[in-house]
Parts: sequence; C-alpha cells; structure tokens
Amino acid sequence: MTIGTSQIHDSAELHVTGRALYTDDISLPSDALHLTFGLASIAHGSIKTLDLGQVKASRGVVAVLTSSDLKYANDTSPSTHDEPLLSDGKIHYFGQPIFIVIAESHLLSRKAAKKAKISYATYKPILTIEDALNAKSYFEKGPRQYSKGNAQAAVERAQFQLEDSFVVGGQEHFYLEGQVAFAIPQDDTGMVVLSSSQHPTEVQHKVAEALGVEMNQVRVEIRRMGGAFGGKESQGNALAVACAVAAQITKKPCKMRYDRDDDMIITGKRHDFNISYNVGFNKLGRILGITFQHFVRCGWSQDLSLPVADRAMLHADNAYNLTNVDITSHRLRTNTQSNTAFRGFGGPQGIIGIERALDHIAHFLNLDPLDIRKQNFYKSYPIKKSNSTKTNWNAETTPYGMEVTDSITSELVEKLLDTSNYSLRRKDIIKWNEQNPLIKKGIALSPVKFGISFTLSHLNQAGALVHVYKDGSIYINHGGTEMGQGLLTKTAQIAAEIFGVSLSKIKISATDTAKIPNTSATAASSGTDLNGMAIAVACNKIKKRIERFLLDAEDTTPDQIEFRDNSVFIDTKNIKFSEAIALAYEKRIALSATGFYATPELSWDRKAGKGRPFYYFSYGAAVTEVTLDKLTGENRILRADILHDCGLSLNPALDMGQIEGGYVQGAGWLTMEELVWDKEGALQTHAPSTYKIPCASDRPETLNINLWDAKNRSETIYRSKAVGEPPLILGISAWLALSDAVAACGKYYPHLNAPATPEQILFSIQRAESGF
Amino acid sequence: MITFLLNGEIVTVDAQPSDTLLMHLRETFHKIGTKEGCNEGDCGACSIIISDNMGVARVANSCILLMPQIHKKAIRTVEGISSPSRELHPIQASMIKHHGSQCGFCTPGFITTLAAAHKNGEEDFENQIAGNLCRCTGYGPIIKSAVEASGKPVPAWMNENLELIQNVPSLSNKPNSIQAFSEYYLKNPSSVIIAGGTDIALDINKKLKTIENPIFLDDCKELTEITVNEKYLKIGAASTISTLLMVMRDHHPHFAEMLCRYGSIQIRNSATIGGNIANGSPIGDCSPALIALNAILKLRQGSNVRNVPIEDFFIDYGIQDLKEGEFIEEILIPRQSDDLRCYKISKRFDQDISALNGCFNIKISEGKVSSCRIAFGGMSSTPKRAYQVESALHGEPWNLQNLQRASHKIGLDYSPLSDVRASSAYRLKVAQNMLTKVFYENSGIKTNIRNALV
Repeated sequence: MTIGTSQIHDSAELHVTGRALYTDDISLPSDALHLTFGLASIAHGSIKTLDLGQVKASRGVVAVLTSSDLKYANDTSPSTHDEPLLSDGKIHYFGQPIFIVIAESHLLSRKAAKKAKISYATYKPILTIEDALNAKSYFEKGPRQYSKGNAQAAVERAQFQLEDSFVVGGQEHFYLEGQVAFAIPQDDTGMVVLSSSQHPTEVQHKVAEALGVEMNQVRVEIRRMGGAFGGKESQGNALAVACAVAAQITKKPCKMRYDRDDDMIITGKRHDFNISYNVGFNKLGRILGITFQHFVRCGWSQDLSLPVADRAMLHADNAYNLTNVDITSHRLRTNTQSNTAFRGFGGPQGIIGIERALDHIAHFLNLDPLDIRKQNFYKSYPIKKSNSTKTNWNAETTPYGMEVTDSITSELVEKLLDTSNYSLRRKDIIKWNEQNPLIKKGIALSPVKFGISFTLSHLNQAGALVHVYKDGSIYINHGGTEMGQGLLTKTAQIAAEIFGVSLSKIKISATDTAKIPNTSATAASSGTDLNGMAIAVACNKIKKRIERFLLDAEDTTPDQIEFRDNSVFIDTKNIKFSEAIALAYEKRIALSATGFYATPELSWDRKAGKGRPFYYFSYGAAVTEVTLDKLTGENRILRADILHDCGLSLNPALDMGQIEGGYVQGAGWLTMEELVWDKEGALQTHAPSTYKIPCASDRPETLNINLWDAKNRSETIYRSKAVGEPPLILGISAWLALSDAVAACGKYYPHLNAPATPEQILFSIQRAESGF
Repeated sequence: MITFLLNGEIVTVDAQPSDTLLMHLRETFHKIGTKEGCNEGDCGACSIIISDNMGVARVANSCILLMPQIHKKAIRTVEGISSPSRELHPIQASMIKHHGSQCGFCTPGFITTLAAAHKNGEEDFENQIAGNLCRCTGYGPIIKSAVEASGKPVPAWMNENLELIQNVPSLSNKPNSIQAFSEYYLKNPSSVIIAGGTDIALDINKKLKTIENPIFLDDCKELTEITVNEKYLKIGAASTISTLLMVMRDHHPHFAEMLCRYGSIQIRNSATIGGNIANGSPIGDCSPALIALNAILKLRQGSNVRNVPIEDFFIDYGIQDLKEGEFIEEILIPRQSDDLRCYKISKRFDQDISALNGCFNIKISEGKVSSCRIAFGGMSSTPKRAYQVESALHGEPWNLQNLQRASHKIGLDYSPLSDVRASSAYRLKVAQNMLTKVFYENSGIKTNIRNALV
C-alpha cells in the first residue's frame, strides 16, 4: 500500500544534496548564448527614438532584436493575442520589454541592455483602479454580473443594512527560482525548449507561433520548477519565445533567466481588488441580501484576468448560502504589470469580501463573528444511513445555481472549535484586552469552500503514457508539472498502487510535450485529480492486459487475481511481478498504454453565470489568534489551528505541506506583503529587500494542522481532494483576527484594509478609537 | 589568482575583483547546488559556509561575496555537506524525513545555513534561518528537522584544513595591518574600501558597476579588535555585526536585541560596524543607537588621527565627515549605565530594513530626567538626534504626561519622507509613540509582542 501513506517527495534527497537540476542548472553547450530584455522606463506612451548603438557595441553582444526582427507572431498572450513579446512601438507599462540582447554571457547581456538610449512620447498612465474607472478603461467593454434572487430589494427590506468598501492588495509570487527558459535549435526546423513553466503546451503553442512552424516542430520539457504558485502559468511564455526566436535567428542554443528585480518588474502578480458590499441582515446576522462590486486591477493585457475575475465572483459566497445576491465585476485595464494566476486564482479575493462583510455585521450587532458565520453556512447534506430511500432534501444553490451537495462546513467547524478550544480562548482574549492597554489580542475563524475544476470546462482533461519494461520496471509520463507540490510523487504512488509494486519500481519522468500532447496547465489545484486519473487509466489498461493473459494461462476467474507486494497472486499461487511481465512480454502483450481523463458532469455557461462549473468543493477552516502592539501596529500570529478536507488523502505529509505552506502564504498576502508603485507607475518593491514574504519567525508559534479524513463524495482518484489552493484562503483568518484585535482598541469598526501592515493597523486603530 | 578550499579541495581561479563567488561556483566550478534567488543577499538560496584560519565557520551569501574575499579561505557548498561518498549530514537526513523541502530550490541554502549552525552548536533556529526564504513549506518542517539534527555529531568531513593553503601568497590589495591599509589608502584615495561588501556588492550585481581598484579589509585583523577599558568600549571598525552583537549583550542588551534583527545571520557575519556607519545610510541600524550612546569615531588619515562624535559625522544625505584617504578605525562607546532602549519598526520583524529606528538613552535621577539622548534613523536624510524632544524632557519630572508633551516636538525635529517602507504620517506617529513605550517599559510593563505574552 502506498496510497494514503506519507511517502517522501521523490526528489527530497536530490533537493537536500543540491543535486536536483533546475532549468538554469543544466549544462550548456559551449556555444550557448544568453538573453536579457531591455525594458521601458515609462508606463504609458510610445517610443520616439530607439538608439541601440551602444547596446550592440557592448562587450560580448552577438545580436540585438526588436519587434521588427520578429518574422512571425509577436505575442506571448495565453488568451487573446494582446501581449507583444517586444513593444510594437507602444508602451503599456513600466518594465515592458522593448528589445532582446543576445550576448555571450548572462552578465554581459545584462550590462549591454542598460545601454540603450530611448526617447518616448509619454501619455498620462492609468495606474490605479480609480484611474481606470475614471477613464472607463475596461476589458470586456464593461462589468460582468452574476445574480440570484433580488439582492437590492432584499437588502432594502432587511432590518439592518451596512455598506463599506475596502482594498485588498496584490501579491508577488516570489517563487525562489526566477523565470528561466532555454531553447536548443534542432538540425531541421525543430526546436527543443526547456522552460520553467506550469504549462508546457502553452509554451509549445506560443513558440510555434513565433517561429512560424506547426506545434509538432516544438518540444517542451520541464522536470521541475523551483516554485511557481501560478506565476509560471503564462509568465514564462516571454522567455521561452524569446529564446526560441533568438535560437532560430542565431542557430545557437539560447538561454534567458530574469534577474530577480527584472522578474518582479516584468511579470504579473495577484490581482489587487477594491471590494464594496451592501448587505441587509436580521438581528441574528442572517444575510438576507447582499451586493458585491469587485473592482479588479488587471494590468495592461488580458492574460488570465477574465477567468481570475470570474473565479472571484464564483467564490463571493464562500461557505455561505446567499439567497439574494448580486455580484458585479469590473475588469480594469491599467498601465501596470499584467496581473495573472496566483494560487487561488481570484478565489481568495472573492472570499475575503464575504468574510469582511460578516465581520462587519458581527461588529454592528456586537456578536461573536463565529455565530454570524454559523447562521449563514450552507447546510450539510444528510448522510444516508444504510440503504434508506432518498431523503426529502433540497440542496441549496450557489449564486450561480450549482447545487451544494457536499457541504461539510458545519461539522468541520464544530470539530475545529472543539480542538482549538475557541470559546474559552475567546473569553480569555476579551479578558486580556480589558487588562492590557498596549498589547491587544484577537481571534477569528474563517472557513473555505473552494470549487475544484477549471472554469474553462474544456481544460479539465489530461493524458498519460505508461510503459512497463520487460524487467518489470515502470516509467510514467503525464502532462502535469512538478513545482514542489509533490504531484509526481502522488502519481507514482497511484501507479505503484495499481500494479502492487514498491514505489521504487516507478520511474518519474520530466513533463514532455512529445510524450503527452495538449496538456492543460498544472493549475486550479487539479494536477493530481486530472493527471492521477489519467495515470490510473493507463495503468489499468496494462494491468487488465496482464490479468487477461495470466487468467488465460491459469484458466481461472478475474476476482481471484491480485497485484500486491511486488507479486501477482492468482488463486493460491503467486509469481513475482517482474516474472509476470517477462512472461507477458514473451507472449507479445502490449506493455505500454496511454490514459486519458476528462472530468465528468461539468456544464457551465460563463456568460449567463449559470451551471455547474465545479466537479466538487474542497472545504476547510482555520482559527487564528494574533497579537498587536497598539503603539506601533506591529503584530504577529500566535497560534493557528487548521482542519482541512483533502478527501481521503493520497499522501498526508504532502497534503499537510500544502496546507501549512498555503496558510503562511495566505497570511503573508494579507499582512506584510505590500506592493508599492510610484506616481510614474514604476514598481518600487521589486526585490526581497523591499517586498517582504514571511520568514521563519512569522509562522504561527503554535500551528496545529489536521486532515478531515472522509472520502470525496465525487468519484475522484481514490476519493481524494485537490489541496493546492484552498489552504491559502485560510490565511484570511489571520487578517480577521487582526481586525478583531484592532476592534478591541475602540468602539468603532476598524475598517481594516489588506495587507494589514503595521502602518495599516496603526491607522485602523485610530479609526476604531475615533470613528474616522 | 584566487586560491581557496572548495569542499576540502584546493582550487585556483583567475577572477576579477568584482566577480562574485556565486558566479564562479555555478559557472566555473559547476557547483549548481548553490542557487541564485535574488542576487542581493536577501533570500539565502546561495548560502555557503566560509571558514578562515581562526577556525570559525560562518554562513554567508555567496552572491555578495567577492572573489578576493575568499582568498585563502575554505568554502563549503551544499555539495560538501554530504560526504564525498554521498553519506548524508544529519541535517540532510532529517530534512528528508520531515518533508522539509517542497520545490527544493531554497533547500541547499537552508542545508548550508543549518549545517553551519549545527557545527557551531547554535540552536536558536528561527534566528539562524531568518535569512533563508522559503515560499513553499511555511518553515515548520524545516525547524523540526533542525531540532532533530541538533546534538548529533558533526561529521568529520565538515572539518576544514586551512593549513593546505596557508603558504599561498596574500593579495596585494588586502592589507594586513592598519598601517599598511592607511598608507595604501592615502596613496590611492579613490579606492573603494570593501570590508563586508554587503552593500558594495549590490552596486555590482544590480547597478552593474565595476569596482575599480578595491581594497579588501578581511585580512586586517587589527581592525577587528575589541578592547574594553574604564572609559570606553573600543570596537574595531571592521568588526562584524555578529561580533558587535555579542559585545552588546553584556553592555547594552536592548541594542543587542535590535542587532539580532540586523539583516540576517549571513549579513551579520559579513557586514561591519564601520561599513554600516561609513556608508552614511539614513536607515543604518547601528548609528541611532551609537548616537544615543554618545559614541565617538576614531578616524585615521595616514598617520593623522582625529576623534569625531558620531552625530557630527553625518553631514547630509550621502555626505560624511571623511577627508580624502581617511577611514574609520575604531568606534569608542563611553562606558555608562545601561539605559538604552532601541525600537526598530519594519514590515517584517526579521531581516527587514527599518522604516524607522528610535534609540533612547534617558537617565533619570531623583525622578527627573538628568540626561537624555534620543536619535532616530529613517526620519531624516541622516541618522539624527531629536534635539527638541530632548530639551523638552531635560530636567523635567519623569512621567507620562511630560513624555507625551515632549513627544509632540517630534514634528519639529523631523519631517520624514513617505516611501515604500512607510508614510511620513506613520513615521511621525510611531516616533511619538515610542516615547510612551519607553515610559511603560521603564515602569516594568512589557510592551513587546514578542516577549510580553505570559
């Protein structure tokens, strides 16, 4: 048995010894060249003159390319061909690539890129959400709206109303391995590209377009990424395309990696939102009607902003049954980095809206926010006892009309309240706050219900290719990419389980577009759900062939055959797996198979905002306790208790790793991670010296994580659940706990924004004290 | 030519003075385990262990170590943490066992940092790894691994045999005495002095400058001497922040506590007190405390020596009172009772640059303020005293009312900027509030969220 066990990450020993190879570590041919982008130093305008004389004359420079050197597509967009690799003369953001330097070394190319002389005609940049609204600078021509019931009327009818708006900042991915790609021209028109990408097929597609060839001429490979978090879903396209184009022109291998500052200046980030809500509720805090407005800063190109903004809308309900709801989403085009996928993909921003509204209601009613939350949870589907007939139960529906038939929020929260000792601690905190004038504490619980599936339904497919070699060793391939999450370990476990062999018999391969075509990005938490199923399909095909062959040979029935312990048990006999394979080979049985999986039961009308975009929901909840210094606004997390639903976990250790890391990343987003641009639109926080992600002392002093161990009600691989993104959203509990602690400083609602930096907290303490 | 021990073996390489160790590790020696994460000493992915003939193993960021700095030293990369026969170090074994790596890119840096801590017997792991960023794990499994490995024997292969290279000639731009340095610098006043190099290396890596004619001070042991007499604590200007921190623990523990948050252990092991002062940064973490302590800088130009109070040393942004060919030789801190309170405010507690930094040396006798030196970093173009606040307090009875009244003078002393780290309004407000903090702390009431929660 390997399924359900805490197998170590397949590369753990390579990681700790430094032997694991990342794209930048692969030995280069001696004639390899190195690329750097020359970047725009204005946010909006056009190029008047571009003098590259000194760049070309700089030591080690082989060639310099501008958009006019691109013979085919000048585009890196994953969506709508609106993202030129190199500026076509217009400048859309501060940091936009204008030219490519090709030089003999990384350092020489960087030095040369600084030597360009560029003059611009500058226009007034649209930088902020307010700027974009004033300029009516929209994608999709205008806002999108999803509705259920009659929200406006219900709000007006309700006993109480509250209205507010708040800011949720963006987030830099800060994958430790920066963007990198490497292209090796082949003897024909082919190109091999090594790309640190979550989406090799997209890289293949964009490279083929840029080279003017068909996709079969381009092979993209990635063994592992040094972190991605959504930041390598589309943001690696530019480097891969640049390398391929440069390799086509110079006929030499070309590599490009961003220096960290360039990486942060060029690439998109988590979308920052302004969220406003208008909510009507009763004295118990039951929401009767609510309207949300999402103002989404998308940046200069569309990239993945539409599905990100959609997912925010689809998570505006979180774990709460909203009967009258109206969500309006404004997708705003600005002269800033093109915001992109980031773990949660808009979901966290959608969820923080309703959590903030509930927090506000609780403050207004002077009740424990937990009680308000409980008033509003989706009800749980009654567990059927034995074979009783279907219960008389109508599912509640989401704002987009999907039935919620798998909610476990109530029971999960009850269990967490018990294990975290919430009630007693809340009382202690109230007492502490009464006795301590300078140091305040706060506590909060927040749940998550996260929809699993790509909302662009056709992406919910995956392929696999499994080979069993005649010595009994097994080689697995699929379209999912490894970015640290342990996908390749989990899929190897699946293959080992099906064949009943030790994990060591399974060889994990790099993801390769030549092995698996038309892959979807490893994203939307779906890596294991999709690729694990595809691997299982392929393995089972081979297994069935072996079974059939053995059964024919033994003349026995299928239920008497079992693959386990590196053996095949047939009736009372058993033979080694490797022997069975050797026999099958001799009998000319096909020992290789493809697997294909498409998620069932999806039907989603994006325009209408109706249907079933998700196969199922993942659930979880966290209780976080924080403290803050009233004089400075400094704060820290003292304790977090998390109970999270991974269905039947395929690998508890890997799942716990995702939960712990996701929580800390989510808390970082909402506390210390602050992106700052200047008035010219230049990103000021473009290095870890100015952009602060959590470090070791920022993690909760006490962190208790438990898995909600119950099978997925949907038929996923071994009834497991996706786990990549949902735990990040539990970081919201830290932000809510800070709001709770600030609220203890005065009688007014703190109106906390995110990120809750010490400065933000200090000013929100002033609001709590003075009411403005 | 630079000669050093790389994972125990003698290597020699032709390198430019501005070349970083990281570049040579990866490109010349193909030691690709050492990663480039940020190229500015903030993420720790390039951490290596450096040992000199004093026998101390220090973790450092190889991206901001220049090749001349490692001449005649021993460098150990992640590849040298396991044995040549691939036997794992205890920290490697426990990191595997406790799932301490996910994407694995930061992992070699954690391994080297924790192997250095393991060798040195350090067990304050949060502090040890504050300079190593991990975006995947949330750090818990890494700390757990470190705890498990602690106390296990240090593998024999971790020992460095510097005798192997002790006869290698020194470099001409690395003076080994104060006299040699002062003579060289007087003759070559346009030389760039590199002590720790943690700041200069950023010019090289980020502004892509080439440093012409640098002088490296790491062979000049005289500049790292620390002497204590009845009048002064004398700190050699090339003493690292790590050394300063140890000294301050005994004399001004609040200063030491703040120094624990100066960069990371990698930075503190390289950066020097003299460098921190001489570069004149308005947000350097040493200067406000030293101003509050009334420290004196001993400056040397050839054989001429003069003493300057540190508060007079900072003339304006980027302008310090240093003549051509003159350098800081020593910092003299007057012996005194410890009344120093230091508060550093930053977005992140560890390894962040101050938004502001307030240091308060207020002495009270018979209920009144008998002397008072207050200095801030981050509030103006240089580290500077709060004269108006000081004079409002001087001679006044020590009570909250007087303190808060004096705190309103902050706006007369400073008009801080708004920048990425904080707004002007926040800086002013917190600077005021720090006086309240001093009062409460002097009254025995804890106000620190890191240690006041019991």
